[in-house]
Amino acid sequence: MRIFGLNRKILRVLLGTEYAHMLEYRAEIALWALSGVLPFIMLSLWNGSDARSALGMDGVALDRYFLSAYLVRQFSVVWMVYDFEDDALTGRLSPYLLQPLHPLWRYVARHLGEQLTRVPFAAAIAAVFFLIQPEAFWLPSIGRFLLAWLATWMAFTIAFLLQSLIAALCFWSERASALERLLFIPFLFLSGLLAPLTAFPPLVRTLAEWTPFPYLIDFPARVLAEQPVNLLAGFAIQLIWILVLLPLVLLLWRAGVRRYSAMGA
Amino acid sequence: MRRRHRDVSAVRDVSFTIAPGEMVGFLGANGAGKTTTLKMLCGLIYPSSGRVVIAGYQPQQRHPDFLRRITLVMGQKQQLLWDLPPMDSLRVNAAVYGISDRDANRRIAELSDLLELGEELTRPVRKLSLGQRMKAELLAALLHQPEVLFLDEPTLGLDVNAQAKVRQFLADYNRRTGATVLLTSHYMADITALCPRVLLIHQGHLFHDGPLDRLASRLAPERHVRLELDEPVVAEAFAGLGRLDSLHDREVNLRVKPQELTAVVAQLLDRFAVRDLEVNDPPIDQLIGDLFRQGRL
Repeated sequence: MRIFGLNRKILRVLLGTEYAHMLEYRAEIALWALSGVLPFIMLSLWNGSDARSALGMDGVALDRYFLSAYLVRQFSVVWMVYDFEDDALTGRLSPYLLQPLHPLWRYVARHLGEQLTRVPFAAAIAAVFFLIQPEAFWLPSIGRFLLAWLATWMAFTIAFLLQSLIAALCFWSERASALERLLFIPFLFLSGLLAPLTAFPPLVRTLAEWTPFPYLIDFPARVLAEQPVNLLAGFAIQLIWILVLLPLVLLLWRAGVRRYSAMGA
Repeated sequence: MRRRHRDVSAVRDVSFTIAPGEMVGFLGANGAGKTTTLKMLCGLIYPSSGRVVIAGYQPQQRHPDFLRRITLVMGQKQQLLWDLPPMDSLRVNAAVYGISDRDANRRIAELSDLLELGEELTRPVRKLSLGQRMKAELLAALLHQPEVLFLDEPTLGLDVNAQAKVRQFLADYNRRTGATVLLTSHYMADITALCPRVLLIHQGHLFHDGPLDRLASRLAPERHVRLELDEPVVAEAFAGLGRLDSLHDREVNLRVKPQELTAVVAQLLDRFAVRDLEVNDPPIDQLIGDLFRQGRL
């Protein structure tokens, strides 16, 4: 059975190839992993601030939250719009469109390959964190770890679909990545990367919860950090966002491909 | 400030049919509309009007069965992953097209033999020469044994030897598989070696559809006569003897209609002391090159 051209064998071969591909860029990926330390910077800022009590977390819980936010971000970061824009503008997209496999699967495989490459670097940074803050060390139960893995994977799916939606605009605007940068600002504030969502005033928190952003970092990070969180509601909302975004992406993609002019090809 | 738009029809009133197994050359100057036509034929872009049918499918619907039957090779673009050996991209293509490992290995062995590719398949693409890369691209594009090949400048940038090898490979592939080939190229040698039939497109219109030599007679309805005389002669002496192209000292170039050629040559030999005489057809690539440069049709 094929889902938009994908079957198990293609997935296996694509993942293997993209992992090998990403290993060629391992030095770059290590730098990306290092450059994602914003949660640690925020942690040090909050730790030195009198406003810390407003976050609703004690010292160890806050440490664990920001480490979890870092790890979730590492395995849910999406950059497909930049690759896609480049491929669309230079004509590399054309051969992908002429194969019986939806081109989006290739970008999914690239991301998964890159995530595998990140594992040792992210683990090393977590190890260094525990060396500096040994009191924050914890090992989540297997059940919690699997739930956190699922929440992170769903966060990745939402982020990927959001970017695919923007990427499909390349068929019209050619420079859709500018829109992605615009989207990055609300993501930064509302996802939980700068502060846990509990730090926000109730009205802002309520508004944020109507967006997909808290489910990209805050929710999976809380699951991983073993903090009190409504698991059922969190997963249900993640699923709803996926079910809303997926048909939108497919519709916009179908309309966009009709406008594709195979530039540069 | 306001952006101004102008609609330009890249292709208009182009209509032709290609039989299975034919090799057809697609000629045209830069911007003539040949690549746009090729993109429409393989389903990359949607025609704003008209109808395209390839192997029973409407290309723009990009039906998976249609995609399994065609391939597009673009000389300047590549589908191979730059940092990995071609073999990795070939494995991906084999999986995408549902080719079993056994069949894929057999086909890779056959095609790499024809293309004279060996250990190049296991070296990163970025370390291959342009010619090796192009051959590996061809292998990747033909692994699924397409019935219809769209080749856009497949020999662009290759040296003469590599061009000849790619040409030979394409001729062999066509002979062995009976695939239909539509080929665009700036190199006339590609067209003359491979394509008994040519389509010439100019400013979006189809100007010629037929054998190459008929295109030559259509583009150059006159034969070239070159004379070398014993003594210089004034231009007026050639009045009524075709069209005088050039006169330099004792060398004369005339253009003569084919039906008048015998009579004109007889008169030239009779009137002048001729040391040497040559009758030529202008080379087709020169004719088409002139045509493109002058924009005349």
